[in-house]
Amino acid sequence: MNFKRRNFLKKATLGSLATVIGADIVYGELMPKNYKPLALQDPDPFKLFHKDADMTVLNSKPWNIEAKAHLLDDKVTPNKFMFIRNNGLIPENIDAESWTLTFDGESVKNTKTYTLAELKSKFKQYSYQLTLECGGNGRSEFNPPAKGNQWTIGAVSCATWTGVRLKDVLADVGIKDDAKYIGYHAADVHLSRDPEKEPISRGAPIAKAMQEETLLAFEMNGEAIPLAHGFPLRLIAGGWPASVSGKWLKRISIRNIIHDGAKMGGSSYRVPCKPVAPGEKVKDEDMCIIESMPVKSLITYPKTGAILSEGQKLNIRGHAWAGELEVSKMEYSIDFGSTWHLCTLEKPVNRLAWQHFAAAIEFPQKGYYEVWARATDSQGKSQPMLLPGWNPKGYLNNASHRIAIKIA
Amino acid sequence: MSDKNTTEKRIRKSYRFLIVICAIALIAGIIALYFGGPTEETSEIGDDPSENLESDINHSGFIEDEGVQTVINNCTTCHAAELVTQNKMTKEGWLATIRWMQESQNLWDLGDNEAIILNYLAKNYAPEDTGRRPALKDIEWYALK
Repeated sequence: MNFKRRNFLKKATLGSLATVIGADIVYGELMPKNYKPLALQDPDPFKLFHKDADMTVLNSKPWNIEAKAHLLDDKVTPNKFMFIRNNGLIPENIDAESWTLTFDGESVKNTKTYTLAELKSKFKQYSYQLTLECGGNGRSEFNPPAKGNQWTIGAVSCATWTGVRLKDVLADVGIKDDAKYIGYHAADVHLSRDPEKEPISRGAPIAKAMQEETLLAFEMNGEAIPLAHGFPLRLIAGGWPASVSGKWLKRISIRNIIHDGAKMGGSSYRVPCKPVAPGEKVKDEDMCIIESMPVKSLITYPKTGAILSEGQKLNIRGHAWAGELEVSKMEYSIDFGSTWHLCTLEKPVNRLAWQHFAAAIEFPQKGYYEVWARATDSQGKSQPMLLPGWNPKGYLNNASHRIAIKIA
Repeated sequence: MSDKNTTEKRIRKSYRFLIVICAIALIAGIIALYFGGPTEETSEIGDDPSENLESDINHSGFIEDEGVQTVINNCTTCHAAELVTQNKMTKEGWLATIRWMQESQNLWDLGDNEAIILNYLAKNYAPEDTGRRPALKDIEWYALK
């Protein structure tokens, strides 16, 4: 586990420890020097967020935790295997009873505020399975390396989200004809604890906001959204970088310009508008905001490293997704991409949900193999076998997923 | 009466036995804490450096090298060490990151410490050429039935 505890007790005396814990430390004098009593250690993220112990902690402040391919085998991702990507500190003392959502901005007819209860009762509720992938999923493979949390392959999920359609609420609010973009504002706290700063405030063009699957969600997999995933209210915009799906949602601004909140500019969630050579400097004005995520797939069974006996058939399975589009073809290769074979591929349960594939593989002889997976979207674009176009922050790595297999 | 005495003796014996067991468990627990406990907690910055010999990773998560204390003091107030240690950058890249944090994330002027921090980061967290697609590594092999 990468998770290291911070050491803030170096100069604390037993007396002051007792004050913090609220009880005397019996046998305190026998405690090893600098040993931190359990009551004062940083919380265990796996227990705190109800995550599986095999999840990987990339960062403990802010919390960033990812899955591994084989942990994502469920058709609908349960909380315990869902990645956490936080830009700031999780808000404290959330009161769902008094929670409100305000609509404002240049292009709102009148500023309007709803309580969470009003949103739930006033508008029709919908449930969709929606793929949320971090824009930086796969960043760790870029060369030259890209700055940020070094996601491997596990910053993706497809859970069932329940809420009301943003379009229904926007119709009730009333927006002007010049409305161009929505920008969210949330309750999370900037790392510097500066109350004037927002950790992240992104959004989407009005057209994305108006899609039927774009939700103001209050449930994930049939229960209240877990704290780390945006309790009690989250914007959900499937198929786009998950940072569009703002957590702990407090306010939505209807903008007559492209929203200019935190992490909308510079190299954040933006890539060069035209391809650049690896490592090239790119001017701000030559960067474009990421919208739909690219076509991608994961082999979720078996876990990489399987040893089979000669003649043993291998049944693989996994998921494929394509941002705004559908996956139309799924293939695998066991000869480093020389030949490709079709997998069976299910239709998505609804738009923007990932699709499930399977195949039965026979290996010709003993030896080391890699199973490579390649999805093709409805516009004919396939996953590359090498890293796709380099970009300063290492976004959109949709290179083929690979697992290692030995036939012994 | 004699029956009662025998019972009391037996009870006292059982209690003594329990106390001995508890004492042994406590001592074993303390020994376990000393040797198997959270080793990253048992050394303090500025302590005898020989305590850190078994690992070049400081208990903070940073590689132990000249300037590490300055890095800890300036870089872990807002975020965890992992946000630094996951990354690999050239000196120029680390400087650009510092400037970005100063411009937009409330990082203070580092003064004379900037050179110390930059030298430390550029030396210990430098990029490696991984090509266009690294080989699969750290595979844990297992038999699949």
